[in-house]
Amino acid sequence: MNKPLRRIAIFCGVLVLALLVRTNYIQYVRADELNGNEHNRRVQIERYAHERGNIIVDGEPVTGSVETKDSDFKYKRVWKDGPMWAPVTGYSSQAFDSTQLENLEDGILTGNSDQLFFDRTLSMFTGEKKTGGNIVTTLDAAAQKAAFKGLGDKKGAVAALDPQTGAILALASTPSYDPSVFAGNSLKDSDARQKLLNDKDKPMLNRALRETYPPGSTFKVVTASAALENGLYTDIDAKTDSPLPWRLPQSTNLLQNEGSIPCKDASLREALRWSCNTVFGKMSHDLGNEKMMEQAGKFGFNKEVFTPVRADASIYPKDNQPQNAMAGIGQASNRATPLQMAMVASAIANDGKLMQPYMVAQRQAPNLDVIYTHEKEQLSQPLSAENAQKVQQMMETVVKTGTGTNAQIDGVTVGGKTGTAQHGLNNSEKPYAWFISYAKTDSGSPVAVAVVVEDGNANRDDISGGGLAAPIAKSVMQAVLDGKK
Amino acid sequence: MSVVTNTTTIGAIDAPSRRNTELVLVAFAVLISVFAYANVGLAINGELPAGMLGYGLGLALLGGVAHLAVRRFAPYADPLLLPLATLLNGLGLAIIWRLDQSERFQQTPNFVAAASKQLLFSAAGVALLVIVLLVLKDHRILQRYTYISMLAALFLLILPMFFPAVNGAKIWIKIPGVGTIQPGEFAKIIIAVFFAGYLMVKRDALALASRRFMGLYLPRGRDLGPILMVWAFSILILVFETDLGSSLLFFGMFIVMLYVATERTSWIVFGLLMSGAGAVGVATFEPHVQQRVTAWLDPFAGWGKLAASEQMAKSLMAFGSGGTLGTGLGQGNSDLIGFAANSDFILATVGEELGLAGMMAVLLVYGLVVERGVRTALAARDPFGKLLAIGLSGSFAIQVFVVAGGVMGLIPLTGMTMPFLAAGGSSVIANWALIGILIRISDTARRPAPAPAPSPDAEMTQVVRP
Repeated sequence: MNKPLRRIAIFCGVLVLALLVRTNYIQYVRADELNGNEHNRRVQIERYAHERGNIIVDGEPVTGSVETKDSDFKYKRVWKDGPMWAPVTGYSSQAFDSTQLENLEDGILTGNSDQLFFDRTLSMFTGEKKTGGNIVTTLDAAAQKAAFKGLGDKKGAVAALDPQTGAILALASTPSYDPSVFAGNSLKDSDARQKLLNDKDKPMLNRALRETYPPGSTFKVVTASAALENGLYTDIDAKTDSPLPWRLPQSTNLLQNEGSIPCKDASLREALRWSCNTVFGKMSHDLGNEKMMEQAGKFGFNKEVFTPVRADASIYPKDNQPQNAMAGIGQASNRATPLQMAMVASAIANDGKLMQPYMVAQRQAPNLDVIYTHEKEQLSQPLSAENAQKVQQMMETVVKTGTGTNAQIDGVTVGGKTGTAQHGLNNSEKPYAWFISYAKTDSGSPVAVAVVVEDGNANRDDISGGGLAAPIAKSVMQAVLDGKK
Repeated sequence: MSVVTNTTTIGAIDAPSRRNTELVLVAFAVLISVFAYANVGLAINGELPAGMLGYGLGLALLGGVAHLAVRRFAPYADPLLLPLATLLNGLGLAIIWRLDQSERFQQTPNFVAAASKQLLFSAAGVALLVIVLLVLKDHRILQRYTYISMLAALFLLILPMFFPAVNGAKIWIKIPGVGTIQPGEFAKIIIAVFFAGYLMVKRDALALASRRFMGLYLPRGRDLGPILMVWAFSILILVFETDLGSSLLFFGMFIVMLYVATERTSWIVFGLLMSGAGAVGVATFEPHVQQRVTAWLDPFAGWGKLAASEQMAKSLMAFGSGGTLGTGLGQGNSDLIGFAANSDFILATVGEELGLAGMMAVLLVYGLVVERGVRTALAARDPFGKLLAIGLSGSFAIQVFVVAGGVMGLIPLTGMTMPFLAAGGSSVIANWALIGILIRISDTARRPAPAPAPSPDAEMTQVVRP
């Protein structure tokens, strides 16, 4: 009986061999594929097994991590002043993934980025506990606070930039939300998120970056820039060729001004000071759609901006003559994000140079070594220094003696432009109040701001850029200026 | 021990008993298991676990008692079988204890810690081993109980049909106050005794008195009939109880023993044809089997739709995440598999936490147990012993293959437990008994031939000096 026994022995050996081959196959050959499988919960468990790095503003983290006991995800994200910082940080939820900086800088924050490879390898030997790296932002806590407080319970957004570097100083959006309420993965978290999603005021919409508004009269500075750049006018105090009333091209409609303001043949300076629709409408028409598009494009219109958080593209479209004329005063199919209008103000304040807006100043390894520092970068030159200074003079007049007096700051040169953008069918809805501005000191301009307030609750007659938006812009500029002292 | 004898020309050679080797190896097995406990405790709580001493001493006691029993009652037994079984049992205990520590399990409503019970069952198993060695002085005694074994096995197999199904399989019987028993595990050994006894008697008839038909030898119905009937009956019962793993096991064991008894390759062909037909037949009407096959073909395709697929996919991911070296005991997430993680799927924890290296080691340990069993069969001097040894070790090998292959997705999952490693009282007790019988057979096989009685006629050889 020994011969079949030996064969059975071989058979058993083959069985064991098959198992050995199989275990090699799944644990060695297919290991990566299995580990990356979308259903593999280990990926999430590992992701939340360590303290996440922080997002830092002015040297202080605005985020944190707390240990949780209620699930296999060990750490949960928390935010300090969540509603105020949510438009900057985005959220990071165990159940609902992440957005904005939390999402884009996830590799650093979790410590899994390839940039941290060396650091990780090192701590493997030193036995240090794994933690995430930090993201140091450009934001100015005081300016952000001023913006958020200024908006208060009104619906709206603020974007503030450092014109000389492109650093984003404030990015506020109201109404806002606290990302902490759905950072976990319990039923409570998903209910809280659902409630936010169902809210008709859209608290999770980042209005500063992801909502485009008709820019209203604030767009007139773009039109003025286009006129100067294209040589349509060169002297801002010379009379323009502006009849009153002015009839829209290919139309019987007359373009109206708000009230009876002195707009007939008004100079550029006076026209901006009083916000003359007739002057800028005709100017846009005289320049034509192509040149207007080109100038808007140089300011950053018609393409998305990455800060690195994506901002929606602001639009100055190809259009017919009457629409192009209306677009020149920000009342037609052109639309802009608050960030875009802050970029316009900052380019003018920075003598024509538009800097790439950014909000990540540094990335830090878990041991606080700096592994990335942002170098300032020029995006474009929408207008020459000379022309920029002309527009500055005009905007400063607006604040000194025009519609923007609410933005005056003692001892500081402030330039600005108000806007009251009508919208809705036949202007049926309450208009948006806009204000863009910059402050200027001896060492150039440290801050440019765009504010939009879309307040449906205010009395319609009270809505004006100067009244609603300018005070917010002023407090933001003030906060930045105070910080520089 | 004996014996350098007198002057007869045939002197008995004092065969080494290897008992001390066994003792060292058992101590080594216990030590490894204790290290495993320490590892789990340090990984999960950052300190040596309080239970480590208890489990370590318990395991050492079990190994020690078993060793003493072998030393006393089966001094020439194979020295590897006991240490290998101790190692697997100890490792299993550590892993079950590790799964007991899982927070995920502790939060489930019906959570019961399994490790302490498993230690108790192991003790019962070792007790059974000692009883086997004590009572069964010679394995050939079992031959007398051929037909009683048959009846006992059938009885054990039928019994669970009268109890409610647990997780889709009717393989448990519930005795109030004692707990649940899986009689199939014991039936496995008993039916091996029947097959061995019957085949030993009939093997010549089966091998020789046969007609050739299409190149195959077909034995006479009166020889094959009874055994075929018993076997078919047990398979049928198992199919109706949806205990697919066991039916595969019984089938494999039957073919192996028949082949060894008759030395006819045609049995293998015959067996494969029948198993193919049987598998296809069962698969066509049994939805349970169809699910398992679907889950096997592409576990991820059925994610969220089919519980069997999801479990299979989770098992594969556990193996994958272990990679080459594993996460380390206590540091994996194999408990994500959920239900059955400490029984059918215990190998997934080995795969995840001990990695490819640990898996290969554990599989080789199983391979070694089988190899020692086959070697015992080879060494056995009587056909009954040979058949019984190969039956038991063959079934052990098939069980390992079916379970491990199942959880690794090599073959469809059929639901059995990994011998010694998995939590489960019946399994661990029955397998200790199985090892006991193999030890007994190996002792008989390796025992040196008794020294011839000294001849009174013999005289001292005279030395002639010049």
